[in-house]
Amino acid sequence: MITVEEKAVSTPQKTTINVQREMISIEDLSLIFPSSDGDVHALSDVNLSIRSGDFVSFIGPSGCGKTTLLRVIADLEKQTSGNLKVNGTDAEDARLNRLYGYVFQSPALMPWNTIRENCALPMEISGRSIDYQNKQIDKYLKMVGLQDFHKKFPWQLSGGMQQRASIARALCLNPDLLLMDEPFGALDEITRDHMNMELLRIWSETKKTVVFVTHSIDEAVLLSTHIVVMSPRPGRIIKVIESPLPRLKTLALRDQPAFHALASEIRSALADKHAID
Amino acid sequence: MKQKLFSFVSLFGAVIAIWYLASLLMNGNQLINNLERKNQQWDYQQIVSQAYEVKRPMLPAPHKIGEELVKSILDKPVTSKRSLIFHAQITLNSTLLGFVFGSILGILIAVGIVYNKTLESSLMPWVIASQTIPILAIAPMIVVVLGAINITGVIPKAVISMYLSFFPVTIAMVKGLRSADKLHEELMYTYNASARDVFWKLRWYAAQPYLFASLKVAIASALVGAIVAELPTGAQGGLGARLLSGSYYGQTEQIWAALIVAATLGSILVWLVGLAEKALLRRRGGLSNA
Repeated sequence: MITVEEKAVSTPQKTTINVQREMISIEDLSLIFPSSDGDVHALSDVNLSIRSGDFVSFIGPSGCGKTTLLRVIADLEKQTSGNLKVNGTDAEDARLNRLYGYVFQSPALMPWNTIRENCALPMEISGRSIDYQNKQIDKYLKMVGLQDFHKKFPWQLSGGMQQRASIARALCLNPDLLLMDEPFGALDEITRDHMNMELLRIWSETKKTVVFVTHSIDEAVLLSTHIVVMSPRPGRIIKVIESPLPRLKTLALRDQPAFHALASEIRSALADKHAID
Repeated sequence: MKQKLFSFVSLFGAVIAIWYLASLLMNGNQLINNLERKNQQWDYQQIVSQAYEVKRPMLPAPHKIGEELVKSILDKPVTSKRSLIFHAQITLNSTLLGFVFGSILGILIAVGIVYNKTLESSLMPWVIASQTIPILAIAPMIVVVLGAINITGVIPKAVISMYLSFFPVTIAMVKGLRSADKLHEELMYTYNASARDVFWKLRWYAAQPYLFASLKVAIASALVGAIVAELPTGAQGGLGARLLSGSYYGQTEQIWAALIVAATLGSILVWLVGLAEKALLRRRGGLSNA
């Protein structure tokens, strides 16, 4: 479950009937980028709790800090103040333990490696056996529809295929936590629908926790159990919406009134005067 | 391709034409001075007909250099001391030895500089200062110092080649090793990759285009270094020795022939590095800098 907490509190939910662990807990977190013409408040007093197995989307206009928040969770940025726990430890320990897989907005494949070598790279670094590497690569390249392209180099693939390869690379590590920064932003709509459904399937089969940054309302509704609506200047959370829709959704759901109701709830939260400054 | 050939041929033709003209003017002047000193009559027709055939011309005509090349390459066995192939091979030995060690040294210094802040501030000024000293001044010193500790032969020449060729490699590799994409660096960071993994799986590859560009400069510098090294050492063999003896005896044709062999050798070496680069890049997907 997800809550915007007024104050830093302990996590009483643990003792309730809900068996989900708390995967990410953020208390009063702020991040200020100093700059010559005034400090930039990238994140201001963020409180958020993400439970294990949730699919949480961050949505908001550009500059609202959604990517920055994801980067703080990944230990790619350090908060200026406040507390952040990932799987009970701080963000650095989580990174050192290779708890999460991160998918960037752009594919970021190594151009000198084939698709297969690219997928193998993180597993080589974490010392997995060759057999395990091959098994994972075959499984996930097949899932993203690139099994016939494993010997190709990135430049031989289209942008969308490259991005699918980068998602396969993150999945190969089989992390408990997937951090995805607009991973499908560059894909065409048809591929995007397909990837959304595959992601939902993997998530529901593997009980992973997914934190997903998007600027598409439809995508947020289609995927998420919880939607975090954010607003810029300073970057902050203005609303957390728990989805009333079933966890495993289908594309057909997009024609249902419940889907539209949730989408319009997000839209009105975004349209709030605080949201667009 | 046709256009490329055309532009090459026309430029080559222009150079040859200017050469003949310059050769005529310079040698003609020399000829006129000689005749006037002897108070002999002369006319222009005589000068033109004789200008290309003078002994020890100031600027030998291209066909005379050609004759000298044929004489010293084709007509002599390669073991002969009058064979340019014999001399070129001596120079090539120290060039390649110096190039290999210079490149390795250049890479090692670059790695040190990239991974150690103290080395960057302490070593970099020395690296740059080393190249501001004229090689002609330091080459005899190196030969004398190494000779004093009984190191002679090919090694001192290779050391001078190394001295010239490590520099471009160091400068390029410092930049190359730092040229990795920021996103790739962050990706490695999320993998909690060790410094060794970041080096061998990311930075080393990112630096490849820089490395090869600098190797082309380095191998040309190594050749220059080897030739310069042969000048003050009184070496009996090598293109440098050939240049020196040519200038002792006023054999300009011999000097030019040796220069042309040196230039050809340099072009072939740079071309070979380019070939190695292409082969390696093709194996790595053809576009390591994409």
